[in-house]
Amino acid sequence: MTEREHGVVGRSVQRRDLLEKVTGAAVYAVDVEPSGTLHAKVVRSSYAHAQLVRIDAEAALAMPGVVAVVTAEDIKDLFPRFGHIVADHYILATGKVRYYGEPVALVVAETLAAASDAAAQVEVHYSELPAVMSAADALAPSAPLVHDEAFVVSPDESFTAMAATPTADEVLERDNVAHEVTLGWGDVDAALASAHLVVSNEGMKFPMLYAYAMEPYNAVATYTDHQLDVISTAQHPFMVRTDLARIFDLPLSRVRVQVPYLGGGYGSKSYTKVEPLAAVGSWATGRPVKLVLDVEEAIYTTRADSAEVNVRTAFDADGTILARDIEMILDSGAYADNSPLVVAKAANRSFGPYRVPNLRVRGRSVYTNTSPASSYRGFGAPQGSFAGEINLDKAADLLGIDSAELRRRNLVGPGEEILPGKRGLDADLRADLELLVGSLRRDASNAQSSGIGYALTASDAGAFPVSTAHVRLQTDGSVVVLSGSTEMGQGSRSALAQIAAEELGVELIAVSVSQSDTATVAYERTTGASRTTTLTGLALQRACADARAKAADMAAEVFGWPVETIQPAPGGVLGPEEKFVGFGEVIMRWFGAAAGEITGVGLVRRDGATQKMPPFWECGIVGVEVSVEPDTGQVDVRQLVTVADVGFAINPHAVEGQDLGAATQGLGAALFEELVYEGPQLVNPNVVDYRVPRMRDVPAKIDTIIVERRDGIGPYGAKGAGEGALNPMTAAVAIAVGRATGKWPTRVPLTPERVWRLLNDLPDDS
Amino acid sequence: MSSATGSAAGSTSEIATTVNGAAYRGSVANRTTLAAYLRDELGLKGTKVSCELQVCGVCSVLVDGRPVSSCTYLAADIDGRTVETVEGLATGERMHELQRAFVRNFALQCGFCTPGFLMMSKALLERNPDPTEDEIREYLDGNICRCTGYQPIIAAVLEAAAELRGVGVD
Repeated sequence: MTEREHGVVGRSVQRRDLLEKVTGAAVYAVDVEPSGTLHAKVVRSSYAHAQLVRIDAEAALAMPGVVAVVTAEDIKDLFPRFGHIVADHYILATGKVRYYGEPVALVVAETLAAASDAAAQVEVHYSELPAVMSAADALAPSAPLVHDEAFVVSPDESFTAMAATPTADEVLERDNVAHEVTLGWGDVDAALASAHLVVSNEGMKFPMLYAYAMEPYNAVATYTDHQLDVISTAQHPFMVRTDLARIFDLPLSRVRVQVPYLGGGYGSKSYTKVEPLAAVGSWATGRPVKLVLDVEEAIYTTRADSAEVNVRTAFDADGTILARDIEMILDSGAYADNSPLVVAKAANRSFGPYRVPNLRVRGRSVYTNTSPASSYRGFGAPQGSFAGEINLDKAADLLGIDSAELRRRNLVGPGEEILPGKRGLDADLRADLELLVGSLRRDASNAQSSGIGYALTASDAGAFPVSTAHVRLQTDGSVVVLSGSTEMGQGSRSALAQIAAEELGVELIAVSVSQSDTATVAYERTTGASRTTTLTGLALQRACADARAKAADMAAEVFGWPVETIQPAPGGVLGPEEKFVGFGEVIMRWFGAAAGEITGVGLVRRDGATQKMPPFWECGIVGVEVSVEPDTGQVDVRQLVTVADVGFAINPHAVEGQDLGAATQGLGAALFEELVYEGPQLVNPNVVDYRVPRMRDVPAKIDTIIVERRDGIGPYGAKGAGEGALNPMTAAVAIAVGRATGKWPTRVPLTPERVWRLLNDLPDDS
Repeated sequence: MSSATGSAAGSTSEIATTVNGAAYRGSVANRTTLAAYLRDELGLKGTKVSCELQVCGVCSVLVDGRPVSSCTYLAADIDGRTVETVEGLATGERMHELQRAFVRNFALQCGFCTPGFLMMSKALLERNPDPTEDEIREYLDGNICRCTGYQPIIAAVLEAAAELRGVGVD
C-alpha cells in the first residue's frame, strides 16, 4: 500500500466532536429541555412476579406540582407494547409484573423533585406469583410462565436473514423459551464416537453484564396534534420511530426522533428503551415530558444475556477438529427485546473461526423474572467463545500440541466459508495470530505464577445492509453530509467527513456531517454491529459519486461540453482542455444565481458487494499475560495485545481507541463485572458494587496492532471495528489464569475469591 | 430510586458564590445538589451526572480549588465559596493545556466523563505539576471512563503537565 495513495482517509485526523466535548459545549440528550417541560419519575415493581391488583394514585395526585399519574389502564387504547422482533414489552406493566424494577406507573410533575416525592406515594397492591429467577428454574417442567400469551416473531427479512432457524410452527406449547435456534451440519455423533480425543467443558457460566454507558437512558417527548417529537439516547432512532408510530398509530413521517451526542452506547442503547414512557407522559398531559433514569433504573432497563454453555470437541490425533457439539442457554430476562437475535448470533459465533466438518449447536433464549436482556457490544460472541476457546487450550494440552499451533491447524483461511453459503472469511487470521503471539511472547515474564492466554473470534457483523446517505454540495464548494447513523463516541462523524472529503477532493474543514434525526437526515437502519464506516461509508461514497455525476451533467449543460469529455477532479470537474470548474461554480452557473445546491444520494441494500451476508466478518484477536497472587487469588494483567484486522483504517488512532476500549470492557467482564440476583432482587444494581475497570487496572503493556489488507467491502477495503477486541477477552483472560494456576476456570468474572477457590480446589462460591 | 426525600417545599438557603469568575447570589432549595444548581439554575450543562453515588467522578468540579462530586454536594454549601467547572477551563478562545492534550491524544470518545476527568486532572496538576504515571493513576482512579481504556488519558495528562511546566511536547 502506498503511503500517500489517499489525501484524507488513512490519517489520524483530529476529531472535531472532541473539541466540543472538552469545552462542555457538546449537547447530549440529558441536556435538552424544551420550555414548559414536565418531569417524570417511574414507579417500579417491588416484586419479581406478581398480579397487579390495584394502583392507588390519589395521594400522589394530591401532592404539590403533580400533573398526572399514568398507568396501563390509561394507555389501553394505544398499542401498549413495543419490541422490534417480538412486540411483548409492555410500556407499563399490564395485568402483572414480570421483574423487580419493571415500570408500573409514571408520575409526571412540574419538577423532578415533585415527581420523585410523589412516586413514593403511589400505592401499588400486588398478589405475588411464583417466580423463575434462573434459566434452569424457567426450563423446569411445569415452571411458572413469564408470558402467558404467545407473541409472533417478526417475519421481516432484516431479522430472519441474520438468525439461524426461526420456525413458523413454534409456540404450539407454552413454555419459557423466548427463542430457540439450531445450527449444524454433518454427523456429529459419528464423529464423536470415532474420534482420537473428545474434550468437554460443561456448565461454563458467563455473567449478566451491565454496559454502563455513563449517560443513563433518557428522553424528552412532545406530543401535540398528531405529531410526536422525541429527543433521546437511542442508537437506532429510525427503529425507535417505528415502535413509537405503532404505539400511537401515527404515520412514520409524524414521529421525529432526534439523537444528540450519546454518552456511551456499546449496544446498550440499541432499540427502544424509555422513549415510549416519556411519550405516553406527554400524550397524557399535552406538555413536553422528560424522563431521566438513574443508574439503578438503567440496570433494570437493559442488561446483557448471561449464559451457560456446554461444549464438546472431537479431535484427530494431529489436532484436526472433527466435530463440535455446543449447547447454550441464555437467560434473557422478562422480555425478549433483542435476545432472539442475540441467541442466533451466539450460535453463529459459538464454534469460532475454525473448520468444523461436523457441527451441532443448540441455543435457547429463556424468559426469566429478571431484568430484561438485550444487546451489548459483540453480543453472543463473548458467551460462546469463553467456553469454546478454553476448550481448545484444554485440548492442546491433552494432545501435546502448542495451543497456537492447534488453532493454526484449524483456522479457516481467507475466502473460506465459516457458515455454509455465507460470505467467506475476509481476513487472514493465521497471519494475525502470528502477530498476536509474537508480541505476547516477546515480552513474556515466564514467572512462576504468570500465564499467557489468547483467543480468537469471528463475528458475522454489519447487521442487515440497509443504509442511505445524502451529500449536499454548496455554492462555495463546501459539503454537508446527512446520515441517520448516530455518533456515540466511536468517531463516525469524523470518519464520514474524511470519506466525503476524500471522495469529493475537498478540504476536511469544508465538510460538515449531520446525523441521527429521522425528520431531516437520510435513513439508516441501525448504528450497531460495527457497521457505520463500512455500510454508511459505502452509501456515502455512492452519494458522492452521484453528486459528481450530477455536477458533470450540469457542467455539460451550461458550458455546452459533451458529457463524456468531462472528468472528475478534486473539488469539481475537468472539462475539455483540462479546464477546471469547481462544484460551486457549476451550481451557480446552472441555477443562474449565487444560490442552489447539488444533492447526491447513495443507497445500500442486499445487492452487489453487500449481497452476501454478513456484510463483513469482524474478527477478535486478543491476548493477555496475567500474574496470579497465590495467597489472595488477585489477577494482575501485565500485557494486553489486540490485533485489529480492519481492512483499512480510515482514522488509525480512532481504531486503536476503539480496540483498547473494547478490550478494557472485556477485561471488566473477565475480572470484575457481574450482576448478582439474590431472590427476586439484584444485590448490586449500582456502580459501587458492580465494579467496572478503573485507571489502576490498566495493563502495564498495551500493544494495539492494526492490520490493513484492504480485504473488506467498505470504503478503501475497510471493515468494521469496535467490537472485535471485546469478544474473545473473557476467554483470553480465563485461559491465561488457567495457565497461571494450572486449573481451567469454569466461570467468569475471575474475582480474587473465585481464583483462590480454583487454586485450592474448593467449590465455587455460588 | 427516589432521588430525594423530605419536604419539597419550604426550606431554602440564601447563597452568594463565584462560579467560573462570575458572582451569583440567590436562594436555593436545601435539597438542591450542586450539579443540579450548575446545570438547571446556571445553565452550565457541561457538568454531567452519572452514578449519583460519588464513585464515577463524572460530576467532579472544583470548590475552592478542591475536587468534589457535585452530585452529592449541596448547593447551599457553596455559599461564600468559589466553584470552577469545565466551562471555566478555557481562557477566552484559548483552550487549557489539558483540553488540547485530551483532543490530541484521543483521550475521550463519547465525552460524557471528560469534564470530570479534566477538572480532576487540573486539581492534580495544581498540587503536583510533574506527576509520574503511577501518581496519575492513583489520583484519577476515582474517575470512570467506559470508552477509552484510560491509557490515552494518562498520556494526555502527562503531555499537558509537560506543557504547563514549559518543557514542551515533542
